[in-house]
Amino acid sequence: MEITFELGYALDTFYFLMCGALVMWMAAGFTMLEAGLVRAKNTTEILTKNISLYAISCIMYMVCGYWVMYGGPDGLHAAVPFLDGILGDGVAEHGDTYAPSADFFFQVVFVATAMSIVSGAVAERMKLWAFLAFAVVLTGFIYPMEGSWTWGGQSVFGLYTLGDLGFSDFAGSGIVHMAGAAAALAGVLLLGARKGKYTVDGKVNAIPGANLPMATLGTFILWMGWFGFNGGSVLALASVESANAVAVVFLNTNAAAAGGLVAALVLARILFKKADLTMALNGALAGLVAITAEPSTPTALQATLFGALGGIVVVLSILALDKLKIDDPVGAISVHGVVGFLGLMLVPVTNDGALFSGQLIGALTIFVWVFVTSLIVWSIIKAVMGIRVSEEEEFAGVDISECGLEAYPDFTGGRV
Amino acid sequence: MKLVTAIIKPFKLDDVREAISEIGIDGLTVTEVKGFGRQKGHTELYRGAEYQVDFLPKVKLEIAVQDDHVDRLVEAIVGAAKTGKIGDGKVFVYDLEHAVRIRTGETDGDAI
Repeated sequence: MEITFELGYALDTFYFLMCGALVMWMAAGFTMLEAGLVRAKNTTEILTKNISLYAISCIMYMVCGYWVMYGGPDGLHAAVPFLDGILGDGVAEHGDTYAPSADFFFQVVFVATAMSIVSGAVAERMKLWAFLAFAVVLTGFIYPMEGSWTWGGQSVFGLYTLGDLGFSDFAGSGIVHMAGAAAALAGVLLLGARKGKYTVDGKVNAIPGANLPMATLGTFILWMGWFGFNGGSVLALASVESANAVAVVFLNTNAAAAGGLVAALVLARILFKKADLTMALNGALAGLVAITAEPSTPTALQATLFGALGGIVVVLSILALDKLKIDDPVGAISVHGVVGFLGLMLVPVTNDGALFSGQLIGALTIFVWVFVTSLIVWSIIKAVMGIRVSEEEEFAGVDISECGLEAYPDFTGGRV
Repeated sequence: MKLVTAIIKPFKLDDVREAISEIGIDGLTVTEVKGFGRQKGHTELYRGAEYQVDFLPKVKLEIAVQDDHVDRLVEAIVGAAKTGKIGDGKVFVYDLEHAVRIRTGETDGDAI
C-alpha cells in the first residue's frame, strides 16, 4: 500500500512538472505569435518584452504572488513570502498527493501566461520599461488577488465567496485569460492606437505583420502548450479516474482548437472572400480559450462546437474593436477577453455544479478588479515615466529607440 | 556600345536568359525591383481590412553590347518576355561611353 501511494505521489508530481513545462513553452508561443504579427521594425522589442515579462512573473510570484493567492490563515498551503517552507514534504504537512513545490511551479507559469496576453495588445508603441513596471504589479499583486478569490477559495473582501455562488473556472478562461485581457484593455485605452491605424474618417488601415510563418509556429506552440494548461489543471494522473479525466481534457482541448480554427477560417472566407490566415490563427486560440473554463465535462462534439463558437465570436469581436478604434495588433483582447467570458458562460451548459449567475458574478468580479486596478497602475506609470514612445520613435520602430538593435540587421546596410 | 535595360515579369527571367544565350550574348546583371506602370497594383487583405499594394515585383536586366548586336538583343528580350497581358514591362537602350574589364584592364569593345 505504501509503495502504491509513493508511486502515485511520484507520478502526480511528475505529471504536474511536465505540464508546467508545457505551459512555460506557451511563453515561446506568445512570443513567436506576437513577433510574427508586428512589423519588422518592432521585433527585437517584442522579443525582449516577452522573455523579460516571463522572468519578472517568476520572480514576483515567488516574492509575494503565491503568498497573496494561497497564503494567509485560511490559505491552502499557508505559504509565506519568498516561498519559505514550500520545500517541505507535501504528504506530512498538507495531505497532498504531490510535492508542494511542483504546485508552485505549475501556478507560476499561469501568471506568466496572463502577463503575456497584455504584451501583444500594447505592441509597437508602448515603452518597454513602462510595460515591465506594470508586469511587476500585475504578477505580484493584481492577478494573485483575484486568484485568491477563485482558486484560492478566499472571500472577495469578506463580502461573498465565489465558490459558494456556483462559480467554476477549471483552468482559467476567466482567471487567467480574461484577467490578462482586462489589464490589456486598460493599457490600450490609455495608450491609444498605433499611428496610421485609423484614418480621421473612420477607415481602418491594415498594418500587416512581418512574419506569418512565425505567427503560425507561435499558434502551434500555444496549441501544444495548452495540453499542459488544461491537462495539468486536472491536478492528478495516478488513478483510473484521474487518468480518464486527463485523457478527456486533452481530447476536448484539441477538439475545441480545431473547431475554432475551422469556424474562423470559414467565417472570414464568407465575410472577406479570402482565407484570412491570422483570423484563422486567432480562431484556434479562441477555441482553446473557450474550452479552458470547462474541458472535462463536454463531449468531444460539444467541445468542437464550443470552440467553433469561440472562433466565430473572435472574428466578429476583432472587427468590432476596430470599429471602436481600440487597436490590438494581435487580437489579444478579443481572443482572451471576449472569448474568455464566453468560455465562463459555457461552463453551466455541461457542468451541473456551476450556475449562470455564479459565472456572471465571477466574471464581473475578475473583470472589474483587474480593469480598475490596471487602469490605476497604468495611469501612475503614465504620470511618472510616460507609457508611449514619441511619434518619431514609433515611426522609426521601437527596436532602435528601446533596444538599440534591429532584429534583421542584414537588410539594413550594416557592415558584414 | 549600348546599354540595354529591360524591366520584365519575374517568371520570364529564365526564358529571357535562354533567348539571350542563343544569340551569343553572355553576361547580364539582374536586379529585383518594384514599380508600377499601366498594370497598377493590386489589393491585399489583412485581418479583414483591404489595402492597396502599389508596387509590384519586377526583374531588371542590364546588358552591355556592341552597337551591331542591339537590334537582335532587343528582339530576343521582347520575344521571350512577352505574354501579351498588361504588365509585361519595357526595354530601354542607352549609349554607353566606356567599359573596362577589371581583371585584365581591357577596355570598351574588348571588355564586353
